[in-house]
Amino acid sequence: MTATKGLRSWLTTTDHKRIGLLYFWTAFAFFLIGGVEALIIRAQLARPGNTVVSAETFNQLFTMHGTTMVFLALMPLSAAFFNYIVPLQIGARDVAFPRLNAFSYWVFLLGGLFLNASWLLPNHPAPDAGWFGYANLTSREFSPGPNIDFWLLGLQILGVASLAAGFNFIVTILNLRAPGMKMMRLPVFSWMTLVTSFLIITAFPVITVALVLLMFDRFFGTHFYLPSAGGDPVLWQHLFWIFGHPEVYILILPAMGIISEVLPTFARKPLFGYTVVVYSGVLIGFMGWGVWSHHMFSVGLGPIADSVFSATTMLIAVPTGVKIFNWLATLWGGQIRATSALHFAVGFIALFTIGGLSGVMHASPPADLQQTDTYFVVAHIHYVLFGGTVFGLFAGMYYWWPKMTGRLLGEGLGKLHFWLMFVGMNLAFFPMHFIGLLGMPRRIYTYAPELGVAKLNLVSTVGAFLIGVSITVFLVNVWRTRTRGKVAGNDPWGGATLEWTIPSPPPPHNFDVIPTVASRLPRWSMTQLKAIPEGAELGTPHAPAGSWWPLVAAAGLPVLALAPLTHTLWVAFLGAAILIVGIYRWAFEPFEA
Amino acid sequence: MLLPLVLAGCGGPFPQSALHPESDYARALDGLFRGIFWWAVLVFVVVESLLLFILLRYRQRAGAATPKPTHGHTVLEIAWTIAPALILVFIAVPTMRTIFTTQAPPAANALRIDVIGHQWWWEYRYPDAGIVTANELHVPVGKPVALEITTADVIHSFWAPGLGGKRDLIPGHVNRITFTAESVGTFLGQCAEFCGASHANMRLRVEVESDSAFRAWLAGQGGMGRLAAKGSVEDRGRDAFRRYGCIACHTVTGVSAGTIGPNLTHVGSRTTIAAGVLANTAEDLARWIGDPPGVKPGAKMPKLPVAPADLSALVAYVQSLK
Repeated sequence: MTATKGLRSWLTTTDHKRIGLLYFWTAFAFFLIGGVEALIIRAQLARPGNTVVSAETFNQLFTMHGTTMVFLALMPLSAAFFNYIVPLQIGARDVAFPRLNAFSYWVFLLGGLFLNASWLLPNHPAPDAGWFGYANLTSREFSPGPNIDFWLLGLQILGVASLAAGFNFIVTILNLRAPGMKMMRLPVFSWMTLVTSFLIITAFPVITVALVLLMFDRFFGTHFYLPSAGGDPVLWQHLFWIFGHPEVYILILPAMGIISEVLPTFARKPLFGYTVVVYSGVLIGFMGWGVWSHHMFSVGLGPIADSVFSATTMLIAVPTGVKIFNWLATLWGGQIRATSALHFAVGFIALFTIGGLSGVMHASPPADLQQTDTYFVVAHIHYVLFGGTVFGLFAGMYYWWPKMTGRLLGEGLGKLHFWLMFVGMNLAFFPMHFIGLLGMPRRIYTYAPELGVAKLNLVSTVGAFLIGVSITVFLVNVWRTRTRGKVAGNDPWGGATLEWTIPSPPPPHNFDVIPTVASRLPRWSMTQLKAIPEGAELGTPHAPAGSWWPLVAAAGLPVLALAPLTHTLWVAFLGAAILIVGIYRWAFEPFEA
Repeated sequence: MLLPLVLAGCGGPFPQSALHPESDYARALDGLFRGIFWWAVLVFVVVESLLLFILLRYRQRAGAATPKPTHGHTVLEIAWTIAPALILVFIAVPTMRTIFTTQAPPAANALRIDVIGHQWWWEYRYPDAGIVTANELHVPVGKPVALEITTADVIHSFWAPGLGGKRDLIPGHVNRITFTAESVGTFLGQCAEFCGASHANMRLRVEVESDSAFRAWLAGQGGMGRLAAKGSVEDRGRDAFRRYGCIACHTVTGVSAGTIGPNLTHVGSRTTIAAGVLANTAEDLARWIGDPPGVKPGAKMPKLPVAPADLSALVAYVQSLK
């Protein structure tokens, strides 16, 4: 029988909503860890010649801050919404492969713990070569310790989680849509989840291969990235960024999907240019594959390559701009309700625009040669991933919190959170444009007072701590909401999509009757939603039983990773055995209890 | 211009700034950047003011009817696809032109200098003059210079913003930066690609000199350093230089031929030591020689148990290597 309460119910759950909550809280915890790492970085840089941390620790902090935020916070926070919201939006009772979904989560959790365990060992050998770990600094010769091993093995584990989730959501969205939910009736968030999932299953194999080659170089003495025997460190850069640029869109497209839900609801108008917004998202996904070398303009690939990648990069600004204009047109003529969710969605537009414009500056290789690897590019990435993705994710949190918990987050604290974060974010990251142009490279633990950037750095540090305060306000809001939050009901906002037709939080089977969809905005055209026939026999919808085996199988992966880390062969056999037993038992387990 | 105005509030001078170009190369990048910057300002103002206007104009009003459900507008969609594309043409054309002009082969009369990156210092070779030096690059004003850059270990990036954009030093590759400096002066720079523990301490200086000053410097860098008198403190320092094994890593022409660390034949003529981290004074030299990893984390130069008398002799010797 499926457990419904207690620890066991969470460890064995295959319910997409519970897995969504697990993703959310785990990713949020990592978001806080990555945030604390950022604050230590900013404390060190508050003035020149500071000694808050050593050079070695600083290098670990920026490496782990980047790795944590990209792989352990932003991607899984998006995944939390994929899990919780997508099945509800498409009128499904769960994802296509519920146990695979549980497996994805457990692999993500264990991979994150594996990576961060490096902080807890003696001498804290945390990864220290930057989040994109350029060869040949990552070779055994220049990084002899276990630091890089933790990084590459941790990323390999996390890649498994992402791939499994990617396949799961593609099948879910293509196959489990309610009757009448044609592709061009799919809510934009679900559309962006689909595009993101395709990017995940095509981009992650590339980094997997890149990391396998790195593993061979480090553990078995090959020379894929080492020039001493004919290898080339630039190969790593190509492979990493062929993954890395689509990864940027994996991070931003879900947030674009979220605000495409939030803006129409609070303007009380359908999304302007739905078709164009959807196709722009798909186009961005495709074009994201043709721009990777714009991360490598300082490598010296020659004028032809520089020109081609410059042109493709500039082109990608067109569908991005189109999206922004469509969001503005959505608000135009609306009845805009200034909720916290809307604040964050509008914040996304305002800040992402700045990140997009500095992106165009980076797209020009000669201009980029004064900007890349400086604080200017740090400013750019944070306007895109903090001003864009994080603001979008918070818009999603305020918007779907009532659906996920049954209670509304406080609006007063929500707006305080927004304004603190908005001001803090601009104080922290806007001066970085100048800091970079005035000559401060990124990733330096200290800087000379002669550079004249001390005051700007201090402002940036103050802004970063203000962001910290804003996150505290959010946590207070969450805590108060548990008991004092307004009860949501089915639909506190007047939303247009299917998730608002069912109770908050929804029952385990989501829909008593799978709805038949006749329009893009089913809730705003209720007449088109077929009512349940009077006196219809509903029966008990079947629900999958809980299972231990996804957790067991997932546990095999970190054990496997321990084998190369400790150079112990029997550990590899143990890890493989756990993985195989888990998958075997899972395969032969009856679906329903 | 807006940028200098903002920066004026923050003081100055900014010796490592990309906004104060002093070479043909840096000026080309700066002009391109300023052009793109004003297009960006235009788009920024249009989008953000439109957003503000919409938020104020269409705030929810009590008793207002449900807004008209507009679903799209084909002409508008086409318009805001074409408008950004047109702006991008105005950015792309000068970009392409600048890519090709700044990466053109160097002039035949260009002064060639080989730059070799090391964790965490810079080696400069002037092949025509047969000179090897470190960390402080000297170039003549008004004459084309071609830096041929590579690395002895990991990837670094040579960046002296006042003279132009950065270029990576990659093992197995030789890259090039060409520029003609436009004014005499000292330009600061540093490694821009993360290269390990002391990446922050891999700084550099470029001295742009008049033709005569540059020739004088070249002449002074050739040959052997001044020989110390027998029994003097410098002479005892040279003895310590041998005894403590400094000769294994450092070249001092006529004394040693090590190539792991910087060439010290004329180190006394430099203004800084330890890749621009310390001043070239007796006090800082003693600090550096006494505990290199303490000054520069991860430094390959070991901390040796140098006796105090030997330390002061070593400092005197190094200072005498003009």
